[in-house]
Amino acid sequence: MEQLTWTGALSGLNVVFFAVAAALILSVIASIAVSIFARDTGPLGVNADGTLMAPLGMTGMTAQARYYSFLALVVVVLLYVVGGIAMGTGAGIIGGLARNMLPVWIALIATFAVSITFKRKLGLYGKLFDSTIGMIGFGLVMFWVFAGVMGGAFDMLITHDPLSQFSGMKNALPGTPLRGAEPDDYQWFLLGGDNLARDVFSRLIKGAWIVVKIAPFATLFAFMVGITLGLPAGYYSGRLDTFLSFLANLILAFPVILLFYLLVTPEIVMTGIPNYMAAVLFSFPIVFCAVLLNSRYYTQPSLRTPLLIVVLGVLIWGYLSLISNDGAIVANDSYRIPGLPEFADWIDMDSGLLTVFVAVVFVNAPTVFRIVRGLALDIKTRDYVAAAQTRGEGPWYIMLWEILPNARGPLIVDFCLRIGYSTILLGTLGFFGLGLESESPDWGTTINSGRRLLSLYPHAAMVPAFALMTLVLGLNLLADGLREESLRD
Amino acid sequence: MGLFILRRLGVMIVTALCLTFIVFFLTNLYPNLEKLAKTQGNFRMSDEAVASYLEKRGYLDPMPVKFGRWLGVVPGWVTEAPDGTVTGRCFAEGTPPEDRRTFCGVLQGNWGQSTVFKDDVGGIVLERLGKTGKLMGFVLLVMVPSALLIGVLAGMREGSPLDRSLSTFSIATTATPEYVSGVIFIAVFSSSAFGLKWFKGSATSAMENATFENFTLPVLTIALYGMGYIARMTRASMTEVMTAQYIRTARLKGVSFRNIVLKHALRNALIAPFTVIMLQIPWLLNGVVIVETLFNYKGFGWVLVQAAGNNDIELLLAVSVVSVIVVLMTQLISDIGYVILNPRIRIS
Repeated sequence: MEQLTWTGALSGLNVVFFAVAAALILSVIASIAVSIFARDTGPLGVNADGTLMAPLGMTGMTAQARYYSFLALVVVVLLYVVGGIAMGTGAGIIGGLARNMLPVWIALIATFAVSITFKRKLGLYGKLFDSTIGMIGFGLVMFWVFAGVMGGAFDMLITHDPLSQFSGMKNALPGTPLRGAEPDDYQWFLLGGDNLARDVFSRLIKGAWIVVKIAPFATLFAFMVGITLGLPAGYYSGRLDTFLSFLANLILAFPVILLFYLLVTPEIVMTGIPNYMAAVLFSFPIVFCAVLLNSRYYTQPSLRTPLLIVVLGVLIWGYLSLISNDGAIVANDSYRIPGLPEFADWIDMDSGLLTVFVAVVFVNAPTVFRIVRGLALDIKTRDYVAAAQTRGEGPWYIMLWEILPNARGPLIVDFCLRIGYSTILLGTLGFFGLGLESESPDWGTTINSGRRLLSLYPHAAMVPAFALMTLVLGLNLLADGLREESLRD
Repeated sequence: MGLFILRRLGVMIVTALCLTFIVFFLTNLYPNLEKLAKTQGNFRMSDEAVASYLEKRGYLDPMPVKFGRWLGVVPGWVTEAPDGTVTGRCFAEGTPPEDRRTFCGVLQGNWGQSTVFKDDVGGIVLERLGKTGKLMGFVLLVMVPSALLIGVLAGMREGSPLDRSLSTFSIATTATPEYVSGVIFIAVFSSSAFGLKWFKGSATSAMENATFENFTLPVLTIALYGMGYIARMTRASMTEVMTAQYIRTARLKGVSFRNIVLKHALRNALIAPFTVIMLQIPWLLNGVVIVETLFNYKGFGWVLVQAAGNNDIELLLAVSVVSVIVVLMTQLISDIGYVILNPRIRIS
């Protein structure tokens, strides 16, 4: 086996790729230059203030050049991927990666095909497919979601065990053949080896799973806390608002990293403080759902009571199994608070991960609280709220069934942005070596361990860095697309 | 206005007290104290030895008393050993009884001793703050003008190619946290793997003598992450101004586009970004911690990591007091500045 190059048999395409990329950059620069000097905004430009501007030939031309070179770039990239799927490592590292990622490509294509076919019936989600930016963002996000779920939960994409070390592969460059490989092993380290001779590619995929597993749920919990506290603060105002806002500002005034150091160090974990915080913070979804259902159906007890019993039963079971580890909620040297016994504990979350989860929720919740409070303050002056008050609806009904649905637009957009921010926070925790084990494959920890050899072997840190960047970029673009589409109507 | 500032200052002091108490509480939990005793004494101390070590130094007293001592409103601890030597929080061993002070805390200007650096906390924090001030100054110098320029250029014509490219750029920068961009910058511009070697990957030498070569990467790393957000806010504010009636009037009167942007729109469009810039400064603190760790620049952020990692209680408290004051002061300044800049808002 010999060292793989980046593009292998497809290296003839490289010239085309660079030419097309250069053409795209040139056409973007040209259209910017034209837009400055030609003073119009394209074919029949509409100014923001409603006045029109006559089109000029140059603008249309540069716009077309931009469009076609972008299209050409997409085609070339697709060629690399399709060629890679067909030829495998024959097409170099990129080919190997493309072949390995085949299940992800299939899932992506299926998602896009189904969504675009039915986009008119899918509400806001369907409208996302009208915006290019939104589609690019959605594609990037779903790529990592599929990669994380398939690779992490089902062990599909990974080529080697992400935790075991392979002799002779220390700091191996991307595309190095595995030394002493058995015939049924994967023959290469596609993205090289790290300083402990582990496969960078497999760790990348496993790291995606950690992010996909934690970031959305941590954000969801932060939203539950923020909504449950923010709605009454905005709706009732007065003392309650002053008190809750003071608490939120208190947490926001902490530098995030100081807070992480205070919450996530092993000594604090030993005292059980993160577990108590988990017990408090994770109870908010139960409160939220109970109030949500009760405020709507309390007039029909025959429906309400069984509904609440079923929903709350499931939620409380999930809650208890989330916060208890090895049959205890808090266990340290001096005392032990028993939790759910192990056989009923269906969420397997070790205490390090739980601490990280709590820290991320705790940091995000105050900001969500402020957003929800602001929206509630604004919306409670609307006529439909006054109408509901006149009908004699209870305050919680108004908050959860009148105000909240009307605040959903900005909240959905912020939810996407905030998942990105949670991803960044998770990376920060890993970067400072807090919470997760030192051999954990998550991206922050990998960047941290790779940065020491950055000047000689940059690939070990660069790979997770790029992964994190693309995921967060995807979430930002997705949020941007959603904002644009939700403002359209 | 005066009353408003006074009220805000009052809230600030209450917030700072609450926050320092939280930090105090968390750093003074028993497992932390045990670690402190073992690192200060020796690692093989028995549990009894740890307890007596802590007892002698007043660490085992009730939390409010200890906090009061740190603040300087409760007398410092004084312990008399069986052999008659007297040690205390406020005086060195062997001080004659009449020279011993009773109170020594923050209110008396005594910030305590750092257990990691074996030095006076006040001195350490001041020295490191100077270094970070230099870094922050350069960051603001790079970040604010370029962010405003990007925002104004993008917002001046919504939907134009310039707007789209600049908006994509600012989204990309907000999606790249410091530890990602820093790692990429070091790998591309200073590693032998890419062979560019334009800049240095370490900023240790910049503490004494900042040059273009050793200070560019850390400054750029922090500036980029903050820049995108300010630029997007500026763009939003600029596009809003550009849709206003008076801009349309000016345009219909035949004022040239350049004059519309420079004379009519710009001033009004820059009110909102001022608040954003002020509120961004506390976020820069985060970036400073990451970048100082990454580039090995021994400033305030580096001290924070050292203090927090080694549970250096008094240093950590001083660090958190400083950062909390920075956060609250910037909030206050942004509120006051907003009132001054925007004549439509008056505080009764």
